[in-house]
Amino acid sequence: MTTSLELIIAAIMVIALMLYALLAGADFGGGMWDLLAFGPRTRQQREAIADAIAPVWEANHVWLILVIVMLFTAFPRAFAMIMTALHIPITIVLVGIVLRGSAFVFRKYDAQDDATHRRWSLLFSISSFLTPLFLGITLGGLASGAIRVENGVVTSGFFAGWTTAFAFACGLFAQGLFAFLAAAYMTVETSGDRLLQADFRWRALFSGLSLAPAAALVFGLARTGAPEIFAGLTDWWAPGLLLATSITAITALVALWFWRFQLARLAAAAQVTLILAGWALAQYPALVVPDITLQNSGAPEVTLRLLLNTLIVGALVLFPALGYLFVVFKRSGEAKPFIKA
Amino acid sequence: MSDFLFARSQMAMSLAFHIIFAALGVGMPLLMAISEGLYLRTGRPIYLDLSKRWAKGTAILFAVGAVSGTVLSFELGLLWPQFMEFAGPIIGMPFSLEGFAFFTEAIFLGIYLYGWGRISPFMHWLAGVLVAVSGALSAVFVVTANAWMNAPTGFEIVNGQVVNVDPIAAMLNRASLHQVIHMTLAAYVATGFAVAAVHAYFVLKHKQSTFHRAALSIALIMACISIPLQLLSGDHSAKAVAELQPAKFAAMESLYQSETSAPLAIGGIANDATMELPYAIKIPYALSFLAHGDPFAKVTGLAEFPRDEWPNTQVVHLAFDIMVGSGMIMLALAVWAGWLWWRRRTLPDNRWLLRGLVAAGPLGFIAIETGWVVTEVGRQPWIIYGVVRTADAVTPMTGLVTPFVTFTLLYIFLSIVLVFLLLRQFLETVESGESSKATDLKELREGQ
Repeated sequence: MTTSLELIIAAIMVIALMLYALLAGADFGGGMWDLLAFGPRTRQQREAIADAIAPVWEANHVWLILVIVMLFTAFPRAFAMIMTALHIPITIVLVGIVLRGSAFVFRKYDAQDDATHRRWSLLFSISSFLTPLFLGITLGGLASGAIRVENGVVTSGFFAGWTTAFAFACGLFAQGLFAFLAAAYMTVETSGDRLLQADFRWRALFSGLSLAPAAALVFGLARTGAPEIFAGLTDWWAPGLLLATSITAITALVALWFWRFQLARLAAAAQVTLILAGWALAQYPALVVPDITLQNSGAPEVTLRLLLNTLIVGALVLFPALGYLFVVFKRSGEAKPFIKA
Repeated sequence: MSDFLFARSQMAMSLAFHIIFAALGVGMPLLMAISEGLYLRTGRPIYLDLSKRWAKGTAILFAVGAVSGTVLSFELGLLWPQFMEFAGPIIGMPFSLEGFAFFTEAIFLGIYLYGWGRISPFMHWLAGVLVAVSGALSAVFVVTANAWMNAPTGFEIVNGQVVNVDPIAAMLNRASLHQVIHMTLAAYVATGFAVAAVHAYFVLKHKQSTFHRAALSIALIMACISIPLQLLSGDHSAKAVAELQPAKFAAMESLYQSETSAPLAIGGIANDATMELPYAIKIPYALSFLAHGDPFAKVTGLAEFPRDEWPNTQVVHLAFDIMVGSGMIMLALAVWAGWLWWRRRTLPDNRWLLRGLVAAGPLGFIAIETGWVVTEVGRQPWIIYGVVRTADAVTPMTGLVTPFVTFTLLYIFLSIVLVFLLLRQFLETVESGESSKATDLKELREGQ
């Protein structure tokens, strides 16, 4: 009974992390395309990105806080060990989060002249690159199997796991995923302007294609960089998941090619979801490979049960509100401005 | 400095930075919702203009508050992993409730800031109200978690193992009620006085500015209602602390020897070696009355606690005096403003009162910062009062000087930019708010 409660909460954590990747990840990706904006419509690209991000990024960001809160409530030992062993990359992620968010609002309210605007843009876009890189490195560290814990003490020091080629490849892969998501979403966001759409279509195609070698690199390095995970990828579910991921990836690219952007957005989101599902399944039941598992780091049953109830009640408030937010700002097609009766 | 001291400094610095934005995040949405509500009732465009200006400031402050709050949720583990391993299952629940409240706040703030003209005026106003409500709820939940550190309950320790965890009892610990009331009111007091100071400044310069007069009246109402309540809540808190954490209470007053009919000491230089408080002004019987509601009651002194369980008396006593002093000055200003209003039934615009309000602008935040110093430094050497020592909860990580310096520089940088940006927002207010330019009004109407 206890075990299944832990599993349910871990599954909710993975879902929250997926939503963070799909929503906030795309916001980071938008920041990357801000830095990489070029061509005759450089300014319009940046403005379209800013308009797409502005109303939703604060809400999108909260998914990460929810993951952290669930982690320390339900798996307190895992939280303590992760924050100790991965102190350095997580601190860099935090600096990136602070700079990204602040630079984004400062740019909006400090856009007095172009030079100021560019300076904030630069800070915003560089931190949009930095944060996913170190988020990926952190997750790579968790998967590496190099972080060891004995009797509740991290024995592998503060550099184990994340200072490897494998972890770095995970970071690059995360950047690529987020850039791809952002470009794919932007093709829908710019539906009023075919030239802008074409810009983001090329960016989505390019980043989508580059995911294939990046994934191969992660996979190849995992053989030695994360042996337990690599072994997990040969489990019974792996071929099916790999097939499904490939189908969504190809669907996304084909849809982009034929200007079917609604479909492309859906397929890109499905692709990212499946990749994270694969990582979660490969890592199961470990939270920190190999010593910290769902079972040996779980909170008492009463806490887990209460947390689950809280999550259910919270979701009843959250999803209608979130749905309303996205209906107001992201309804496909041109949003009808409200006309006063 | 040791890594332990760097960890404490980083935590203190991060909290001191974040609390300003957290308090404004509770207070500002209420101001903008009131103003927009007045617009819906009266149809006067000045209230709409005002809620838009306040919303702009809120947008900047909220973003910085959101990211600095994120940093804190990680720092709990980055700096105090052993504490979180212990406390996570016990007080995780208010944190998860806070997570949802914060989520709601972020969603409706997005709708509020970018939804002008996209949704009906009533829905827009409702979004503002929801931001105010969820902001206050976030504060309530997160303060209950802090209260638990002062009055830990909802668990037992048997053979070094935590058993019989009861997260609901932990959340409803005996310090929750008074801390929640005191902090929520503090957010309204600090926001009210800070915003009143800004607009009082502009009313001083442009006496007939209807924009700033309207703004000042709303902020003053919030400030003048919340500060007397805050004094009552302070009294309630003092009695609770005297009962729950007598060592903290003794440190607040630098009272070394237990006394009956104890006097309230203001100022002075606490000397732990001689156990004296020279140069203090003493008000007879006042401390016994403050602590127990009885001028002859006995108040426990620090001497009854082992020396290694004393908080830093000098810091806690000084912070307590500054907090109470700030509160008293704000109360005096509120009484003055209220009296003028009662006499003339119009916005009090006495020049000396306005000058006083301008000068008192930072007092609410000074009181919040020093109040948290009393709470947190006063709890030392414990991170969980009487259960876990702070020194035993710190991360084994070394080289903590690096993140401390990094975040300090980062926050100093953000503070400078913020002050600069907010000042410019206010200066723009003067230009366009002053004359209520035709173009401005046209733009506002089109926004509807």
